[in-house]
Amino acid sequence: MGSIKDKVAIVGMGCTHFGELWDKSYKDLMVDACYEAFEDAGIEPKDIQAAWYGSRESGFTGAHLANALKLEYIPISRVENFCAGGTDTFRNACYGVASGAYDIALACGVEKTKDHMGGFAMYTTTPFDRSMVEWDLPPVSQFAQLATRYLYHYGLSYEEGRRILSKISVKNHHNGTLSPKAHFRREITLEQAMNAPMISYPLNLFDACGMSDGGAAAIVTTPEIAKGMRKDYILVKALALANGAGQATLQPEYDFVHIPETVAAGKAAYKEAEIKNPRKEVDVASVHDCFTITEMLIYEDLGFSPRGKGPEDVEAGTFELTGELPVNTDGGLKCFGHPLSASGLRMIYEVYKQLQGKAGPRQLKKADIGLVHNVGGVNGLFNCAVAIFGRS
Amino acid sequence: MVGITAYGAYVPLFRLSREAIAKGARGEKAISNFDEDSITMAVAAASDCLNGMDRETVDGLYFATTTSPYKEKLGAAIVAMAADLRPDIITADFTNSLRAGTAALMAAIDAVKAGSAKKVLVVAADCRLGTPGSAFEQNFGDGAGALLIGDSDAAVTVDASYSVYNEIMDVWRADGDTFVRSWEDRFSLTHGYLQAVGEAVSGLMRKSKLTPKDFAKAVFYSPDARRYAELAQSLGFDAKTQLQDALFATMGNTGAASPLMLLIAALEEAKAGDRVLLASYGNGSDALVLQVTKQIEKIRDRRGMKGHLASKKVITDYKKYLIWRGLLPQEETPGPVRFFSAPAAWREREANLRLRGVKCQVCGTIQYPPQRVCTHCHTKDQFEPYRLSDKKAKIFTFAMDYVTLALDLPTVTTTIDFDGGGRMECYMTDREPEQVKCGLPVEMSFRKIIDKEGAHIYYWKTMPLRT
Repeated sequence: MGSIKDKVAIVGMGCTHFGELWDKSYKDLMVDACYEAFEDAGIEPKDIQAAWYGSRESGFTGAHLANALKLEYIPISRVENFCAGGTDTFRNACYGVASGAYDIALACGVEKTKDHMGGFAMYTTTPFDRSMVEWDLPPVSQFAQLATRYLYHYGLSYEEGRRILSKISVKNHHNGTLSPKAHFRREITLEQAMNAPMISYPLNLFDACGMSDGGAAAIVTTPEIAKGMRKDYILVKALALANGAGQATLQPEYDFVHIPETVAAGKAAYKEAEIKNPRKEVDVASVHDCFTITEMLIYEDLGFSPRGKGPEDVEAGTFELTGELPVNTDGGLKCFGHPLSASGLRMIYEVYKQLQGKAGPRQLKKADIGLVHNVGGVNGLFNCAVAIFGRS
Repeated sequence: MVGITAYGAYVPLFRLSREAIAKGARGEKAISNFDEDSITMAVAAASDCLNGMDRETVDGLYFATTTSPYKEKLGAAIVAMAADLRPDIITADFTNSLRAGTAALMAAIDAVKAGSAKKVLVVAADCRLGTPGSAFEQNFGDGAGALLIGDSDAAVTVDASYSVYNEIMDVWRADGDTFVRSWEDRFSLTHGYLQAVGEAVSGLMRKSKLTPKDFAKAVFYSPDARRYAELAQSLGFDAKTQLQDALFATMGNTGAASPLMLLIAALEEAKAGDRVLLASYGNGSDALVLQVTKQIEKIRDRRGMKGHLASKKVITDYKKYLIWRGLLPQEETPGPVRFFSAPAAWREREANLRLRGVKCQVCGTIQYPPQRVCTHCHTKDQFEPYRLSDKKAKIFTFAMDYVTLALDLPTVTTTIDFDGGGRMECYMTDREPEQVKCGLPVEMSFRKIIDKEGAHIYYWKTMPLRT
């Protein structure tokens, strides 16, 4: 098996404000995200040879992106992989460049969730009309089942677990205040987070990310071409994708205290990027904190914390901006917001800016290796993307 | 000898205190949960009846009710599927009359006597609605009873029957009505109930040359407690010693299911040799002479009436009751974006209605829902069906949604591991939020998941073991 390591470079990125953007259509978000990326890369839309468009429910074909940007008669594929869609869109564009088929490709993810009553549609494992017997609830209950079992498995009381989860939320809220484009930009106290209304036991309101509109885009090319475009281009070190085979809910052996898709994607990405000790070697990580418990499990699944030791690292401040391995420096899904298929590209945007030293008030001192992680779906059927980036 | 070879019953877990309906009203009535109806209760009673028995030998299922969720569509087919009975059996709905239960019973006896079937399962269920605040609402209770009629090993023989009909506008519900209507009590009870049951029982006595003294127990359908005693006395039965408790105080009048449920309650106390009189009412009356055999002792391991009546949760919130019955408009949850598909439901009928998973013939792994490729050994298409509906399970993990609008928050979802193998995700019902925890033993219950444009979608939920 080959490797994508150092074969693709990012030369430009864009990201819109995330939030309840009542006055923006999904095409406005495409234009805003992509034109920022064009400007950042110093190219024109006509320089794009192929594009990949990530969207779960806002524009179902590549033609929608072509129409918004007037990309005339170039190949554009729509990518849909639930919450991993953004990173997967980027991954497809990278392979397009690495194959030698295209010199410059665009990856764009946009989601207009707030045009739907309530954010986005309910339980949607299948894209078809169906027998309707599966439970039909928002995603929180999927992740709450993980939280329930995590507390039970490690013998944590509800209060002990609540404190740890709430600390993750407080951290991401703090980081959000340092992100001008974030959906939620206010500090919260630990007490507020701990006492928020329950949404699905054991998860409360502040365990859940924001449901937002937003778009983000990346321009990728070969390192050779990138060298002629800018000094601070960012190199792709690894691109991994792992999809669940439904095993978690078929096999009683699955323990509900880890997400196997994250473990598998992490392993593949570390191998490709030649990372042996992620906790030491990764400087910044943007991970999929759709709910605080998800971020907790990711610490352990990606090897940032030993099994069962995530709570200790949270208490120690390991993942705060000033900690050993800052996670979700821009506020994460919790505060930057979560327009499904745009999120992966937003995370890459943050890592790109950190690695370039352009992350403003939240800029880390050392940012040589950055990691992006997305996971979406339901227990057993998660789609997980992990990407690793390095400086040129 | 043809007769009853097994019985089973179902009384919902919840009881509404009558005080909640009208100040000073006494006792409580059994009320179905928001996700129950006559079909789901019938399935529960059928499961109780078939407890430990070979379901392959059942040749027919008769479903009796006045409250089928469908005007045109066979309820018996849904009940037979959920009870996991063979597809090549007789199925029929007996409906539109409070006598539907005994009509189905007599038809089953005739079918077995005639040799058309060896075993026929009769299930009666009802959940009638009285106008909010009315005496009917106070009296009506929900429940189901099931009797298995067989050609051998009868625990109860059926020795004689006598029927009359009478055409009278006493109690009725027209097409499109939600609530049961009636004429003035003094007219309808005198010339309807008391007259018709009186004629049927007198006729039966003459026909079988028996007198009230020959019966250990008399079981009558009755609209209320007062008329019950009045009827017994007028027919010469001693209300204190011979009359089966009609369970008005604890359950209420369960309509077409009532005669069967009260008979089961009587059988739970009966000894071999006891003769029992059973009479129903509904524009006429069916009266039967039954006799208990020694076999009765072999079919006692069921929850039956006693077990179900003892297991209860009393609610006093009348608003909650109205919401459960769909009598108070509720705010709608946004979505879902996908819709019901009859072809999808049909393809999944073995899994969704029978609750059959599969067992891999190569590695033995039990899996649900059925797969094409084995989750464990990856062998393709080598499975045998495996029934999960009668298996106990334990909660592995769960969540409780307090936000998504539903008729009974929180909405509990569970991931369970079945004793003997197999894992499943589904909703939980009949639970107190405080009792839900990892490791909790649960059983499966057939419930209504959703109403969608006139389609009632049924599936299985977990519930705490009813003890």
